Amino acid sequence: MDSRRNLAYPCHVPSLHALANPARFLAIARPLTPVLFWAGVALLLFGCWAGLTQTPPDYLQKESVRILYIHVPTAWLGMGGWSGIAVSSLVFLVWRHPLAMIAARAIALPGATFAAICLATGSIWGRPTWGTWWQWDGRLTSMLLLFFVYLGFIALVRAEDERAGFGGGGRIAALYGVAGSVLLPIIRYSVVWWNTLHQGQSIGLTKSTIDPAILWPLWFTLSGFTLFFAGIVLMRMRTILARSKAEARLRRRAHHVEVTA
Amino acid sequence: MKAKHQRLTLAALAVAAVGGSSALALSALKDQAAFFYAPGDVKRDALPLGRAVRLGGMVAGGSLHRMADGVTMQFVVTDGVARVPVAFRGIAPDLFKENSGVVAEGKFNPDGSFTASNLLAKHDEKYMPPEMAGKMHETKTLVQ
Repeated sequence: MDSRRNLAYPCHVPSLHALANPARFLAIARPLTPVLFWAGVALLLFGCWAGLTQTPPDYLQKESVRILYIHVPTAWLGMGGWSGIAVSSLVFLVWRHPLAMIAARAIALPGATFAAICLATGSIWGRPTWGTWWQWDGRLTSMLLLFFVYLGFIALVRAEDERAGFGGGGRIAALYGVAGSVLLPIIRYSVVWWNTLHQGQSIGLTKSTIDPAILWPLWFTLSGFTLFFAGIVLMRMRTILARSKAEARLRRRAHHVEVTA
Repeated sequence: MKAKHQRLTLAALAVAAVGGSSALALSALKDQAAFFYAPGDVKRDALPLGRAVRLGGMVAGGSLHRMADGVTMQFVVTDGVARVPVAFRGIAPDLFKENSGVVAEGKFNPDGSFTASNLLAKHDEKYMPPEMAGKMHETKTLVQ
């Protein structure tokens, strides 16, 4: 445990590995961050403009269908974010890769935010179409659970930080990250397994039941939100790396003072 | 290497155990987690009397009658297996209409009819411009 004090990045791996990898990561992440972020914002703005002005209304829902250009990407990224946390947690648990847990903690907050936006836009959409803000049906309830699971992950990471120093732990949060992935198929198939108020799957791998005239701006907002999300995650990873470096330096200095005193 | 393989095996086992147990829990939940009863469910099992339930299905074509007072209506909910007559007094959502999905909240009467206290409109997963809807859109059932 004491050896961790001498590492710039606090992980249970050979120090060379720990130092080399974040450095290589930063060399790529630093120029990539603004590219992802601004490309995402541009695609997003174009998709929103197209979705608000360039597409016909739905035959049944009229203009309210346009909220799908926000609702669907945030739902996918809310779930995609947790897939990222689950994969990173697994990589951290098995290979002890120093960047994996940093990636998982970086994803947690934007993932939770996107899940919350998905729930909020769904609620706003539900009022004019279904006639209700909220119902405890399978899809809505499982998505709300995912949001709470995100909050649990964030709380666990913080608790481990308090116990083991910033970035020092992560084992319990990683186990939780892997276990939480059982929610993903439940959300995906909730509309198939159970009678729900939410309609079935519109967009599959090969075909879509949304008419192309209405569908096309979704690809812009979806790719835009995804790049935006990736840009935010890279920013947060760099912040976490910088902070754990600073805290390790502080610890080293404290150790030095202790020894020389 | 040895330790890494051990952790990989443990992680795979843990994932399989968590996945298997949640699959078991979900299959046990199957009926309880349904949002509404379909008319076919009620026909197959006993009427869920004396408690608030939801009934979901399609509003049968030609079955919707609005009373003279403007807020009372009667219609038939069907899932292709069975039909349940429904009485409702109140304001229905905009998307509520014949040959469209509905989820009614209320209670069953002993004679098999249903008295609704609230209506929710259920639409399907198809979205299209208005001019295309007439020629190719036909909703068959929204009940799995």
